[in-house]
Amino acid sequence: MLVTVAGVKKEIKEGTTIAQLIVDEKVENPDYVTVTVNDDFVESDDFATTQIKENDSIEFLYFMGGGAF
Amino acid sequence: MLYLSQEDYEKILTHCKEGLPNESCGLIGGTKDGDKKEIKKVYLLTNLDQSNEHFSMDPKEQLAAVKDMRANGYVLLGNFHSHPESPSRPSEEDKRLAYDSKVNYLILSLMDAEHPVLNAFVIDEEKNVTKEELIIG
Repeated sequence: MLVTVAGVKKEIKEGTTIAQLIVDEKVENPDYVTVTVNDDFVESDDFATTQIKENDSIEFLYFMGGGAF
Repeated sequence: MLYLSQEDYEKILTHCKEGLPNESCGLIGGTKDGDKKEIKKVYLLTNLDQSNEHFSMDPKEQLAAVKDMRANGYVLLGNFHSHPESPSRPSEEDKRLAYDSKVNYLILSLMDAEHPVLNAFVIDEEKNVTKEELIIG
């Protein structure tokens, strides 16, 4: 099925979960990535159970933070 | 090598000064041509921590910025944040929380109010820090 990942259209298998897509896309440091599907933020606890649907648009956002020390 | 226009530098400087005493932050988008990276747009984001020692970017603003970059044909080149009271170099926390080895981390030191210092860095997966040449103007 056709989806959009980080702005790029691509074919993925039916039933692919967010957790599987993170593996397939070789996302660095996946524990620190926020995921949106169609602009909705998905809780990380739901990555393994949230299946991606045809025409979904998925974004991976790295947590960006730091400190002075 | 990273290029930043004087106008965008002033935008970062003003945002960070207005955010004092807290740290301020934002994203930089632009173009890449081999080793040459040109910042085309600066995105001023909210520091959710509202702290002078920490910053966390607002993910909703991050998403909006990334989508705007894409709409303009830009890529995410990195981010910036200020150090109100410490030098322009990655702190231990900055290194620990640098999860993307492919982007630049810009740090603006305001510890000397008359002489702000902006440097750009790359932080690899082993947390090694390399200074990137930054051309302002």
